Amino acid sequence: MSAVYVWIETFNGKVLNSSWEALGAGKTVATALNVPLTALVFGENANAVAAEAGKNGADKVIVSEDATFNGFRLEPYAALLSKLVADNKPKAVLAIGTARGRELLAASAADTDSGLITEATSIEVQSDGAIKVTRPVYAGKIISEAVGNVAGTQFLTLRGRAFKPNAENAGATAEVTTVPAVLAEADIATKIESFEEEAGTVNLTDAAIIVSGGRAMANNPKDAPAGGDAAVWKAKDGFENTIQPLADVLGAAVGASRAAVDAGYISYAHQVGQTGKSVAPDLYIAAGISGAIQHQAGMRTSKVIVAINKDGEAPIFKLARYGLVGDLYKIIPALTAELKKRLGK
Amino acid sequence: MHVVIFTRSTPDTAAKVDVGANGAVGWGDAATVVNPWDEYALEEGIVQAKNAGGKATVVAIGPEFNNESLKHSLAMGVDDAVRVWDATLEGTDSLAFATAAAAAVKKMGDVDLVICGKESVDVGTDQHIYQTARKLGWTMLSYVSKILEVDYNAKTIKVERLLEQGKQVVTSKLPAVISVMKDINEPRYPSFIGIRKASKAVIPEWSLADLGVTLPASQAKVIKFMNLPPKNIQVEMLEGTPEEQAAKLVDRLLEEKVL
Ligand SMILES: Cc1cc2nc3c(=O)[nH]c(=O)nc-3n(C[C@H](O)[C@H](O)[C@H](O)COP(=O)(O)OP(=O)(O)OC[C@H]3O[C@@H](n4cnc5c(N)ncnc54)[C@H](O)[C@@H]3O)c2cc1C
Ligand SMILES: Nc1ncnc2c1ncn2[C@@H]1O[C@H](COP(=O)(O)O)[C@@H](O)[C@H]1O
Repeated sequence: MSAVYVWIETFNGKVLNSSWEALGAGKTVATALNVPLTALVFGENANAVAAEAGKNGADKVIVSEDATFNGFRLEPYAALLSKLVADNKPKAVLAIGTARGRELLAASAADTDSGLITEATSIEVQSDGAIKVTRPVYAGKIISEAVGNVAGTQFLTLRGRAFKPNAENAGATAEVTTVPAVLAEADIATKIESFEEEAGTVNLTDAAIIVSGGRAMANNPKDAPAGGDAAVWKAKDGFENTIQPLADVLGAAVGASRAAVDAGYISYAHQVGQTGKSVAPDLYIAAGISGAIQHQAGMRTSKVIVAINKDGEAPIFKLARYGLVGDLYKIIPALTAELKKRLGK
Repeated sequence: MHVVIFTRSTPDTAAKVDVGANGAVGWGDAATVVNPWDEYALEEGIVQAKNAGGKATVVAIGPEFNNESLKHSLAMGVDDAVRVWDATLEGTDSLAFATAAAAAVKKMGDVDLVICGKESVDVGTDQHIYQTARKLGWTMLSYVSKILEVDYNAKTIKVERLLEQGKQVVTSKLPAVISVMKDINEPRYPSFIGIRKASKAVIPEWSLADLGVTLPASQAKVIKFMNLPPKNIQVEMLEGTPEEQAAKLVDRLLEEKVL
């Protein structure tokens, strides 16, 4: 019997929460096609994750806990996914379009000569069973509509936060099947030598609220210590002691413009825009960011945009719902204090 | 030693892109440029070839306007350029492009390393690198931020990769396909002499017959392009002292239920 597959991404045995969004989208497709929704969980702790997948709407789960899956390497993951697709010919394979999700689905679609549509923001199953997708292209400047081939397996990667997870049902269980890995360690050319987890990693694409700082972070009124680059010191201090406290009260992630990243004020992982991350939070606060087209490309679909800029003519105000003209180094501390008071923190 | 770099042309990132009445995507008179991520791939390819006393070839799959990026690549210092195109590729999907790309690499015969940019900033299909690697049957190492060691004789490579959760160091075997991040280098500007030489270069075009390859049937197709729905937002300017501005904003955000 055919199925809709959803790859559940894990890291060190823990589920990436956005995978449940993929399971939510998978449910829509599986229901329309009248086939079971099958979650795929590979790697350490797969059986425990499988139980969670059951609660989150999966009818079935295929697990493989082989040690070769620890730490993501494309070869073992793609080999197993491609075999499952070749053997079982699912109608569709879905995953959230994280770095790993994109890579895995692209590789497996190539292995099986299947179609792949990436970065879907909405999906619709047509009456013939073909999946029609809308996706932003040209960095979100326009939208494209694409459709898969119903005769094959349709691979889709999904934009984070574009789909809703299924309502959790604590009593639900899925039927679990265990499969062996396809590649043995000796067949895998790539060996992981080390992994250095970055402290306080930013997950911009998952964040419901983002506070971003731009080049203006260097206009910190504090005096920089003598020696060293004053602008860099001021901007770093601003990200740490002005932006971060606001992010903390809001439970937000910290973003940045490319100007701030290129100047060395903050790491690239924080960059929002055409050559950074595309984000769509409920609330996006842009502080000291002019709103260049390349920055807009990464954040324009945010639900509510707040712009803080000392120049009332800055292009960012054309995109914003609320505009605050003034010095971010005065407004942000006031905002943080006000939020602490109002949110009782 | 032979390294192949893949690149493509994209509209300048500052271009205003829209869909015309005829449904075609246009970007006015904005320039087309090398896909910004590919500049790092080109730089790395040039450096690798130079260090190993080898050769760097740049390849684009696409119609003639891609020659601009190929000439830019030559001007930067890449040794050779090839454009792969065939009318039958028009309107196909990434699977077809990757099949052609892999065939071009195979035709060259002696390639040790393929370098791609992180992604295409325009269509963002996100498939070229991985699918080309799979069609070649080679190792794929994405998001490379540093090549730590490479030995073209022993056919081994060690790289640092920048992943969502941190930095990973892996070793693997050549031949391989890698995609590179901007941390890897500072792309050079083409030299004046380079530009002069490149402007005279005649770029060979390889057809699918030249590659001796048949394309897999297209499995995904674009139906249409659409402009964004107009965003009817009226910005509300919140005035007063910073404290007053902050209080007004919090009122609004609580009303909007985004906190
Ligand atoms: C190929 C390419 C790709 C690019 N990709 C990206 C990308 O992914 N993301 C991105 O962001 N950019 C990108 N850019 C760069 C983009 O064009 C802009 O240069 C960049 O976004 C500007 O950053 P900024 O707004 O921080 O700086 P600026 O444009 O310099 O703006 C600073 C703003 O801060 C305001 N300001 C100054 N002092 C204060 C203060 N004390 N309080 C409040 N406001 C203040 C100023 O009025 C100004 O509006 C790209 C460019 C190219 C060519
Ligand atoms: N048509 C193409 N011709 C040559 N190289 C390409 C083409 N499409 C993509 N690439 C390469 O693959 C990378 C990733 O592209 P993509 O997979 O489309 O996001 C780019 O940075 C280029 O290096």
